[in-house]
Amino acid sequence: MSQARLQLPPQVAHGQVVRARLLIEHPMDTGYLQDLAGKPVPRNVIADLTCEYGGRQVFRVEPSSGISGNPFFEFFFRAGETGELRVSWVDERGAKGELRQLLRVQPPSSRPPA
Amino acid sequence: MRRLLAGALLLALGLSWGLAAAQQRHISLEQVRSGLSYAGGDVRALQADEFANPAQLWLQRGEQRWSEPVGRAGKSCMDCHGAVKDSMRRVAARLPALDRQSGQLFILEDRIRQCRQRHQQGPELAFESDDLLSLSLYVSQASAGVPLQPAADGPALPHVLAGERLFMQRRGQLNLACTHCHDQNFGRRFYTDPLSQGQPNGYPVYRLEWQKVGSLERRLRSCFVGVRAEPLPWGSTQMRQLALYLGWRGQGLPVEVPAVRK
Repeated sequence: MSQARLQLPPQVAHGQVVRARLLIEHPMDTGYLQDLAGKPVPRNVIADLTCEYGGRQVFRVEPSSGISGNPFFEFFFRAGETGELRVSWVDERGAKGELRQLLRVQPPSSRPPA
Repeated sequence: MRRLLAGALLLALGLSWGLAAAQQRHISLEQVRSGLSYAGGDVRALQADEFANPAQLWLQRGEQRWSEPVGRAGKSCMDCHGAVKDSMRRVAARLPALDRQSGQLFILEDRIRQCRQRHQQGPELAFESDDLLSLSLYVSQASAGVPLQPAADGPALPHVLAGERLFMQRRGQLNLACTHCHDQNFGRRFYTDPLSQGQPNGYPVYRLEWQKVGSLERRLRSCFVGVRAEPLPWGSTQMRQLALYLGWRGQGLPVEVPAVRK
C-alpha cells in the first residue's frame, strides 16, 4: 500500500488562507525505464488527484508522466469550518489511494472584537 | 636512499601493526566530508525539509512495519526490541560487522533479513524491496548524528583489507578504480557532476535518479555500471567488504538519514 503525507497548520483562523503540502508515494512510471532486472516498466502514473474540504473541491490535478516519482504538491485554500480534508487519487491501473486529515479552525466568534 | 629505507621501515612496521599502519588514509579524518557537501542547493533543501523529504514516506512505512506482527512466530520487531530510538541507537554506525554465529560479514539489511527468518519465521524480505529498505531506513534513523565507527580490527581486519583491495582495483572498460574518482579527484567535476568522496553515511538514501530509496549496495552497483564493469552478484561478501572499508574510510562522519542525493 502506498504511503502519503499531508501537512496542515495545527490551528488556523476562520477565513485564513491555508497552505497544504501533500506528498504521495507513487513511482510515476513513464514507461521509458527498466527495473533492476532490466525489464521495461510499463507506464503508470497518477491519473487524477483531488482534495475536498467542507463538501467542496479545493484542489484537483491530472499529473502526467512529466511529474516526478513520489510527487509533492503544495496548494492554498481558504479555511471555513473545522472539517476533514479528503485527498484521493487513482492511477492509470486503477489503484486508488486516500488520505483524510482534520483541519481545526478557530470559530470567528472566539476572535477578540475589533 | 634514505627515503627508500624509511619506506621499507614503514612497510615493515605496517605489516606488523596490521591495520593501523598498513592502511594509510588517502583522505585524512579531518578531510572526510559527507556527500551532502557536494550536492546542489535544491537537493540540500529537499533533504532538510522534514515534511517534503521523500524518504519520509519510507520512514513512515518503516515505523508501521516495525510494530506489525509477522510470520509464524506472530511477533513484531517491537515485541523483542522495543522502540528503535533506544534499542537501535548506534546500530547503523557500527555496521557492517561480523555475525557471531555464522561468521559472515553482515550489513544492516542482512541482519533484518535474518531476524525476519529466524525469529519472526516470516516470509523472506527481498533485497531492495520497499519493506526491507523501509525497515533499514527506520532503524538507521535511530543512529542519526552518531559518528560512523565500524569495528575494523581483529577478525574484521581481513575484510577491511579485502575491501581496500576492491576499492583500489581497476575494473571495467573504463579501467578505473574507486580511488581514482573518490580519493584523487573528489570536489572536481566529472562532466557537470561534482565528484564526492563516496562516503556511506547517508544510506539507505533517497536518490532522485532512482525516484526511490535504495541501499548502499545498489549505489555501489551503479558505480560498477558507470565504469562499465560487471557488477558483483547481489548479496556478495565482496560488496560487504567494500562497504566495511567505506565505513572505516569515512570514520567519524555522522549518520545522516534520511538523506537525499541526486
